[in-house]
Amino acid sequence: MLNYLLRRFVYALLVLLGVNLLTFALFFTLNTPDDMARLNLGGKRVTQESIEKWKAERGYDKPLYINREEKGTAQITETIFWERSVSLFALEFGRADSESAGDIGHEVAQRMGVSLSLALPLFVLQVIASTAFALLLVMFRHSRLDFWGVVSCVLLLSISSLFYIIVGQFLFSRVLKLAPISGYAPGLDAIKFLILPVLLSLLSRLGGEARLYRAMFLEELGKDYVRTARAKGLAERVVLVKHVLRNALIPIVTSAGSYLPYVFLGSLVFESFFGLPGLGAYVIEAISKQDFAIVRTMVFVGSLLYIATYVLIDVVYTWVDPRVRLS
Amino acid sequence: MSTDMSTWPKFVLLWTDGAIWLLVAALVAYVVMVLRKPQLAATWGRVFRDAPALASSVVLALCLVVTLLDSVHYRAPLPAVAGQTKVAYDTRTSSLLDALLGDLLDARETTYSRPLAYVSFTKESVVVNGEVQRVAPRLQFGGAHLKDPASQWLPDIAARGGTGLLWGALAALVAGTLLTGAIARATRQPLGATWGRIWRKQTPVPWHVALQTLGLLCLVAGPAAALSGPYHLLGTDLTGNDVLYQSLKSIRTAFVIGTLATVATLPLAVVLGILAGYFRGWVDEVIQYLYTVLSSVPNVLLIAACVLLVQVFLDKNPGLFETGAERADLKLFLLCAVLGLTGWAGLCRLLRAETLKLRELDYVQAAGAFGVSDARIMSRHIFPNVAHLMLIVTVLEFSALILYEAVLSYVGVGVDPSMNSFGGMINLARNEMSRDPVVWWSFASAFGFMVALVLAANLFADGVRDAFDPRAAIFRSRRLRRPVAAPNAGGVKP
Repeated sequence: MLNYLLRRFVYALLVLLGVNLLTFALFFTLNTPDDMARLNLGGKRVTQESIEKWKAERGYDKPLYINREEKGTAQITETIFWERSVSLFALEFGRADSESAGDIGHEVAQRMGVSLSLALPLFVLQVIASTAFALLLVMFRHSRLDFWGVVSCVLLLSISSLFYIIVGQFLFSRVLKLAPISGYAPGLDAIKFLILPVLLSLLSRLGGEARLYRAMFLEELGKDYVRTARAKGLAERVVLVKHVLRNALIPIVTSAGSYLPYVFLGSLVFESFFGLPGLGAYVIEAISKQDFAIVRTMVFVGSLLYIATYVLIDVVYTWVDPRVRLS
Repeated sequence: MSTDMSTWPKFVLLWTDGAIWLLVAALVAYVVMVLRKPQLAATWGRVFRDAPALASSVVLALCLVVTLLDSVHYRAPLPAVAGQTKVAYDTRTSSLLDALLGDLLDARETTYSRPLAYVSFTKESVVVNGEVQRVAPRLQFGGAHLKDPASQWLPDIAARGGTGLLWGALAALVAGTLLTGAIARATRQPLGATWGRIWRKQTPVPWHVALQTLGLLCLVAGPAAALSGPYHLLGTDLTGNDVLYQSLKSIRTAFVIGTLATVATLPLAVVLGILAGYFRGWVDEVIQYLYTVLSSVPNVLLIAACVLLVQVFLDKNPGLFETGAERADLKLFLLCAVLGLTGWAGLCRLLRAETLKLRELDYVQAAGAFGVSDARIMSRHIFPNVAHLMLIVTVLEFSALILYEAVLSYVGVGVDPSMNSFGGMINLARNEMSRDPVVWWSFASAFGFMVALVLAANLFADGVRDAFDPRAAIFRSRRLRRPVAAPNAGGVKP
């Protein structure tokens, strides 16, 4: 177990190094620090001195990958790539490109909580609701209920999440005035701001998830142990809940787990639409301001969380399915 | 000196036009190949035996026609000015669809107007008999032919709608007869007998569903066409542009993203996936590492990063395009390329796993023992046997990407704002829905068109998946499946 985790950890580190190289190549080689300075200082009539000053303030005034003026290891360490990578892995994110945005690390720490308070309840409810709906369809499989259930699933998943948000906001906030349109307040007040985005997000993903889970349940139903259970004279309800549900948990964990990284990053669109000051909204702001430092950092943070989740899923496997041996 | 040539428009081949027409050529080649191979033809026959898939393929075919019409671009010549030696061309790039919808394009109001309205949505101050009144002014084009709109409006709509409905019914009849005739020819049966069998639902391919869909579309399109000339059928937006026109133009954007972006993932996914599965060892390790790194980066962020860089690239190289439309199109093309380069990990993983299984099978081992080269084994023995996975993933991705485009446009890394797209329409609708009274028609149109397109794509994808992957078919709700009819009567011929 420990051995396995250790190896997973080393591989995760390797992948993270790859992500770091990829993002650095994307952001610094194709878009040089001079371009960034010009973009942020505005216009084409920027003097070379102000560019140099801007770069020096942010530590962008060194060569990208190899510093030929230095000697020995300094050839590699005295470069933007090295400094950025080291600070990223130490989780020191530095300051944003634009003047007003401030320290990225501080923002990330503050916004993480908001994102989590939206995403964690959403994630738990999502798994429960989709599993329950799928189980209901399977219980009445090949009946009228199942047929129309599948039809509505296909319909639900054919509608863009943006439609759910806009219609939901219009209906529940403007017409019925049940929840505030947007905004956020810390503490318990947050619930009334979070309830609508959670419910709408739940609905927008229900169709796809429930249909997938239904297929997983049906696949399990065709297996021998189900026939054995029925032959023992168990009620169909018991077969489904005690036997099939447990065995279908493995693919469900995988499927739900692949969604977890987005849980941490927050649902970009939902946060932005509902004015929740989370990580997702932060990213969208950064993209619209073309603040490359923030986008770069968020790519790294996102991948970090993603990789961490996958290790976590592997551990959860051993818990839901004792047959799985980590090797 | 002006010659006859000067009256000809200057044809412009945009990047996505070229790609779309290439894809159409590939599609035709594929259809020819399917018709020659009985096995493949039988499988495709199963796709069309699925009623929802058949109905949605009619809808998709219609969207394809709109896309193709919108993929022939030209710049009209400007009227010659005295002393001019060179022909000057319009700075606006138009397409055949624009030419067909010329009325809609030219009938531009000043601002919002409701669907089928004859007055503007916003009120203006007008001096009537020395008093200032707030009235909604008459539209410049919508309902301009009405002399006394208050009494004539409803009868006019009803009359035009009715005429349109009749024309639609006529069109449905013609199209239905043509289709029946084609089926009769293919099955070498008389027209009447074929018609009777379709009517009694006795054909193995549920052609009655196709005819119903076609008829329904004609009946909707007839009144729509009749009303959209003198009125704005779906209203106008903030800048007074016709919403129906925007929706029709958005179909192409959605189609281009759905097809080009998926096709762009194929080369990398197929080559790397098969290589990894076939050679295993260090090749496999490297390729696995590559796609793990790629899929570790949250997709939206990676695309956002790439698109921001594309933006910088376009700003630095203004010489690559002559008109705004060309710039927007190049951006769309690069967006598809970005989606392709970032989205190949999933399919690659799938193909690798399948190749791992296939390479252990006897026929592959035998080929190896006969001294067939690795490259030949992969291209002749492995690739044809994983091609169905490629197809299934491609059609499934199509609808997902159309939905994705809307999100990307919202985030600000989608298509160019000057290009019509569903994402752009929804983006604007966000503010319109918070106005009072609500401007709902733009949003509703985008919703209607988008759901129709995505739903059709999803149903078609389900049909393809069930036919090509029989294991998946058992997950269908049984009421959705038709009883299996006798083979080789009508339908897609082997």
